Amino acid sequence: MAEMDTSGGGGHKKGPGVKKAKKASTRVDLTPMVDLGFLLITFFIFTTTMSQPTAMKLNLPKDTDKPEEQNKLKESGAFTMLLGKNNNVYYYEGQLDPSASNMKSSTMKQIRDEIIRKKRSTPEEDLMVVIKASDESTYKDVVDALDEMTINDIKRYALVDISDVEGQLVNISDTRGK
Amino acid sequence: MSRPKIARKSTSVDMTAMCDVAFLLLSFFILTTKFKAAEAVEVATPSSVSSKIAPEKDVTLVSVTKDGKVFVSLDNEDVKAELASQLNSAAGAGLSPSDIALFKKASFYGTPISQIKSALQIPSDKLTGAALPGIPVQDTAHNELTTWMNAIVTAHSSTGTKMNLIVKGDNIVKYPIFKNIVTSFKKSDQFKFQMITNPESVPNGTDLWRKYMKGEVATTE
Repeated sequence: MAEMDTSGGGGHKKGPGVKKAKKASTRVDLTPMVDLGFLLITFFIFTTTMSQPTAMKLNLPKDTDKPEEQNKLKESGAFTMLLGKNNNVYYYEGQLDPSASNMKSSTMKQIRDEIIRKKRSTPEEDLMVVIKASDESTYKDVVDALDEMTINDIKRYALVDISDVEGQLVNISDTRGK
Repeated sequence: MSRPKIARKSTSVDMTAMCDVAFLLLSFFILTTKFKAAEAVEVATPSSVSSKIAPEKDVTLVSVTKDGKVFVSLDNEDVKAELASQLNSAAGAGLSPSDIALFKKASFYGTPISQIKSALQIPSDKLTGAALPGIPVQDTAHNELTTWMNAIVTAHSSTGTKMNLIVKGDNIVKYPIFKNIVTSFKKSDQFKFQMITNPESVPNGTDLWRKYMKGEVATTE
């Protein structure tokens, strides 16, 4: 049976009968610890770079009342998007006729096809997309619409206040669509 | 002739040094990671294909929560102090030097100018977006954000810092609120701003996607 050496040690010498305590190695295998360390490092590297939010730029035009400073746009190249409730989008090309017969309805998901079609059929320097957001539309719709401009590489677009007539039309169409 | 014996070397390598390096790097990354400050103002941002990373320094952030409350936050303390004195002189906020000290500590502001003083007394752990009424922007006549923006612009120019204007809006905020915010930016001659969005991949087959494929635009600007 093994006996524990409880003597204070130090000072006096051990007799010949006293066994030497076996020296256990103090070395520990550190490989798993290194593994863990690097695993955590990888985790931290990935999580730090991933969480950075992105931002989209928007430059506003300066408000001007002088007609000569305002941008002119060709009627044939104009494409107007009206943003309504529940991601509804209404659009028309050129000018809205009084009976609103050229106003068509779409959604945020399907509008891309229309934008692409318009872009293909219009000379680039004439194309101008006008985004008019109604009071019922959300911030998300506006950002999506602006994003759509980036996605389809539209050079000229503008965020314009909606007119009363258009606002009412959007409201009517929104309620009719329900 | 007897060949000299080749001493058998142990194949196990001392891992201590590697372990040290690993943990040194680990602690470096932990310490340098800036955790996103627990958001007192909760905003769910829309997503866009923009891959530009939002600026982080000298930021003026205008956040809009889903119930349409508008908050302003700044990160530069010098600008904040200057802003407080600007609000005093231009809008009569009536902040005392001790209020200004609190103003510098506050992470965001979201009260009408008349209530700034009382809102500063709220301890920071209880200061949430829900506890504050937000900066009124509802109608053009009482758009207090314009006053804020003017003061912020002056504060930036007098401290000589570049202003990075950022809007962080919630998905379901109605457009008129956004329009009023933009109007107040225009009134204080701020025509450039950025909108915080979540990154989104470019849809395949679109013109932008083709541009990326051709390598005309770098994916990370």
